[in-house]
Amino acid sequence: MVIYGVALLALCFITGLFLGELLGRLIGIEANLGGVGIAMLLLIGLSAYLKKKILLPPITEKGITFWSAIYIPIVVAMAAKQNVFSALDAGGVALVSGFLAVFISFLLIPVLTKVGKK
Amino acid sequence: MNPLEILDSILIKNGIITAFLVVGIIIWFSYFLSEKLTKGKFHGSAIAIIISLILAYFGGYLTGGEKGLADIEIFSGLAVLGGAMFRDFAIVATAYGVDTSELRRAGKVGVLSLFIGVILSFAVGAIIASLFGYQDPVDITTIGAGTVTFLVGPVTGTALGASSEIMALSIAAGLVKSILVMVATPLMAPYVGLNNPKSAMIFGGLMGTNSGVAAGLAAVDPKLVPYGAMTATFYTGLGCLLAPSVLFLLIRFLH
Repeated sequence: MVIYGVALLALCFITGLFLGELLGRLIGIEANLGGVGIAMLLLIGLSAYLKKKILLPPITEKGITFWSAIYIPIVVAMAAKQNVFSALDAGGVALVSGFLAVFISFLLIPVLTKVGKK
Repeated sequence: MNPLEILDSILIKNGIITAFLVVGIIIWFSYFLSEKLTKGKFHGSAIAIIISLILAYFGGYLTGGEKGLADIEIFSGLAVLGGAMFRDFAIVATAYGVDTSELRRAGKVGVLSLFIGVILSFAVGAIIASLFGYQDPVDITTIGAGTVTFLVGPVTGTALGASSEIMALSIAAGLVKSILVMVATPLMAPYVGLNNPKSAMIFGGLMGTNSGVAAGLAAVDPKLVPYGAMTATFYTGLGCLLAPSVLFLLIRFLH
């Protein structure tokens, strides 16, 4: 059933966020440390295990792949709720530092990709 | 009985459903433009994100609120659909079917890119702040932290006791970064080799802003989303860890 896939996804999501929050508290910061990443790893691991046991039929998979496919619409909605007005209205320091940080980071992508090759 | 009033109240009452409709129309129109004007060369989702950002600008301009288009009542569902809950839930779903050998292969350089990303953005923010005449190490650190992401700024500012104007400025720096990543990623991708899982992981680590990375990669190639998101998810936490501690001490030492 489709709901099994959605529920599996929800289980990974909640567990991941919980562990991320715990990890943050452990080292004393007020932020979730990698909760989403942990949830992703859990989903990868659990779904591989269930597939091996033939417990993940295509209909259950649909409960996960639907959310994966709805990702772009969610991102479009996210863009529509950004505080673009105050970002552009912010004045020199914010505009210049935001711009430079992004630009230099882009330039570093090919550099680091090469580092990894060695 | 005014039919428009009835429609209005239905749209407002069923906010998320209205948001599905609105997003559907934006995406349909964007793919139409992509096909007609660029023969599909400029990705439809990139156009959709840019149109949404423009609409968000007008939302903010008209209402003076903080949630872009979602501050207009009939579009308020966009704040829920585009909020962190659904965004992160969908990001986790994209990990389904990820190639784990790719994750392992780029793991080390991914971690390296995280540290470089946080420190670099912080340094840029701090240098620009001092060039603009800020002298107090607390102010410089808070603005630097905001350049990391708009979450790290206020967390750091609160920890160090920065003034609310400086906090607002640091949030704005993070916002500029995040929005710029959304818009610039599809334009820059071909020039920086952002077309494979490994460079996507590096991209996520360097940029770190969850919304920027999420939208940027969606507009380049949705298959790359989980790789970028995997590293980006550790970025804000790392920033919150480094900025008020090591990096603040460094700024105070340099001063």
